[in-house]
Amino acid sequence: MKQNQMKAWLYLLPAILFLGVFMVYPLIDVLVYSFEEKYNFVTQTSQGIGLFNYAKVLRDHQFLDAVKNTFLLVIITVPLSTGIALLISLGLNAIKPLRKMFQTIYFLPYVTNTLAVGLVFMVLFKTTDYSSGLINSLLSALGMRQVDFIDGPYWAKMLVLCLYTVWVVMPFKVLILTSALASVDQEYYNAAKMDAASPWRVFRKITLPMISPMIYYLVITGFIGAFKAYSDAVALFGVELGKAGMNTMVGYVYDSLYGDRGGYPSYASAAALILFAIVLTITCINLLISKKRVRY
Amino acid sequence: MKVVLKNLTKRFPSRTKKGDDVIAVNDFNFEIPDGKLIGLLGPSGCGKSTTLNLISGLEAPTSGQIFFGDDDVTRLPPENRGVGLVFQNYALYPHLTVQDNILFPLQSMKGKNKPGKQEMLDKAREAARLVQIDELMDRKPSELSGGQQQRVAIARALVKMPRVLLLDEPLSNLDARLRLQTREEIRRIQQETGVTTIFVTHDQDEAMSISDMIVVMKAGVVQQIGQPQDVYDDPENLFVATFLGTPPINVFDGRVANGMLMLGDQAVLPVKGAPDGPVTAAIRPEGFVLDAAGPFRCALQRVEVMGRDTSVVSTHPASRNAVVRSIIPARQRPDAALETVRFSLMPEKVHLFDPETGNRVRFDL
Repeated sequence: MKQNQMKAWLYLLPAILFLGVFMVYPLIDVLVYSFEEKYNFVTQTSQGIGLFNYAKVLRDHQFLDAVKNTFLLVIITVPLSTGIALLISLGLNAIKPLRKMFQTIYFLPYVTNTLAVGLVFMVLFKTTDYSSGLINSLLSALGMRQVDFIDGPYWAKMLVLCLYTVWVVMPFKVLILTSALASVDQEYYNAAKMDAASPWRVFRKITLPMISPMIYYLVITGFIGAFKAYSDAVALFGVELGKAGMNTMVGYVYDSLYGDRGGYPSYASAAALILFAIVLTITCINLLISKKRVRY
Repeated sequence: MKVVLKNLTKRFPSRTKKGDDVIAVNDFNFEIPDGKLIGLLGPSGCGKSTTLNLISGLEAPTSGQIFFGDDDVTRLPPENRGVGLVFQNYALYPHLTVQDNILFPLQSMKGKNKPGKQEMLDKAREAARLVQIDELMDRKPSELSGGQQQRVAIARALVKMPRVLLLDEPLSNLDARLRLQTREEIRRIQQETGVTTIFVTHDQDEAMSISDMIVVMKAGVVQQIGQPQDVYDDPENLFVATFLGTPPINVFDGRVANGMLMLGDQAVLPVKGAPDGPVTAAIRPEGFVLDAAGPFRCALQRVEVMGRDTSVVSTHPASRNAVVRSIIPARQRPDAALETVRFSLMPEKVHLFDPETGNRVRFDL
């Protein structure tokens, strides 16, 4: 080995050690766990190797509920939050006065603690002994029926969770998209102006393609983030997500390890790997599409 | 299409509260004849690009009027003026192919004027043929050289058959060789289409070589308008004289006494008709003739051989520049060992200016 190669490895060593011990080894361990049948935490023994854990998890209706919830969350919130963020960014980009102030306001949720945001949503939606929640008060003022958003019907709970998720992920997207919009060279717009292109045409033919790399970046990270949703649901419905019927895939993994139904690292590992496979597939599909669609 | 600029003025508000407004263009009057190629020339910050933006409509004038032919277009938005603008950085849409870039202005048209699909393609192909890029139609701008991108930008500006073509520093992003080639190309395209063309440049060679007329600007004020050779031969003020010409004109502090131009203690040229008193004298490098009995004496520094001709570098006590540079035919090369070199001057290459105002002081040739 050459002298400076030695040096390079030496520099890399601390990072490799840490990543190896705390990332790579546990990952391999998770893979091993997921194939070990009836693994016993205490004796560190198992009764065989096979796909039993996967079969068990895939047949578990708790897991299937979690998958359904997660997919709904992903499909609803990712396009919605990206779309709204794009609209807000276009608006921010178009105004001059008060732009800084609005940018700050839109960025606030990003620096706000998840549980604090949860509290705000409680005020809005939760029915307690002394209040039916702000939204319900509004609904009754409009002459509509009140809904229990936190402990009520599934669609109401899903609605709140989606609203919450959109609200939480929005600021980062607004931040990225406003800077992407600002970095589009004004000359392109001047050139389009000379050609009398309509605003819609300018948006579709110039703005959108120019910022498309950033949009795809947001969509991909948005997908990954939404698949990993857990703390948002906890902030709204508490740790007993399974009972509330609002469990997510990450929530299922957690429950299998620590919850009332916990103590099954093999099931947790299998569920985690299934989640990983799903995220990997979706990301690959996204990348394939973006290669065709992102223009430069 | 004739373009008339009448008392055109553009002020930009000051960046600071107390500062004065910046007058980018100050009372610009010019009637550009139909079908001519006009070069707007001046140092950076002289208002030439602002003038172009005013004509294109991207900027609105503070006062004054712009006419295309007999139409007053001063208040018209850019899209209704019928101008084609080639941007300094071309502003080609990077995600569209060459063909789609050229088609863009046509596709943006509205209503009855919008041509059919096949007609658009024909027009785009015609424009591409004119600038000789019809073989690159499927490429993206990033796959083109700078010169090719420039052509695409020109084709895009021409495809709508504009009444006026505007080019902002069209050659500044090209390397030296491509620049020579492209400026001839611009001339050819302009002649073929006959469209009135105005281009902005800070490079005098560019402006002089292809323009029918040049406009020299400084600090927002037009200094001189005329055919390139006339402006060079007959500058109206010291700025124009020093701005045009490479190597630059030699400037001296002198005075006129009894009809003679005195530089230091040398009476170098009879200047009948010029009033007595101090003057600024400017002598073109090619205005020196090597002459053993000549009245203009200077201390020889070095002789630079340039092949076609020779550059004699010397010093003179009255000179404002560090050295006096004269260009003489190669075969007359003086002995580099000489200490003093003597010249006689060509009267038509000597210009006198008022030392206060910089305005030309004329004398009888």
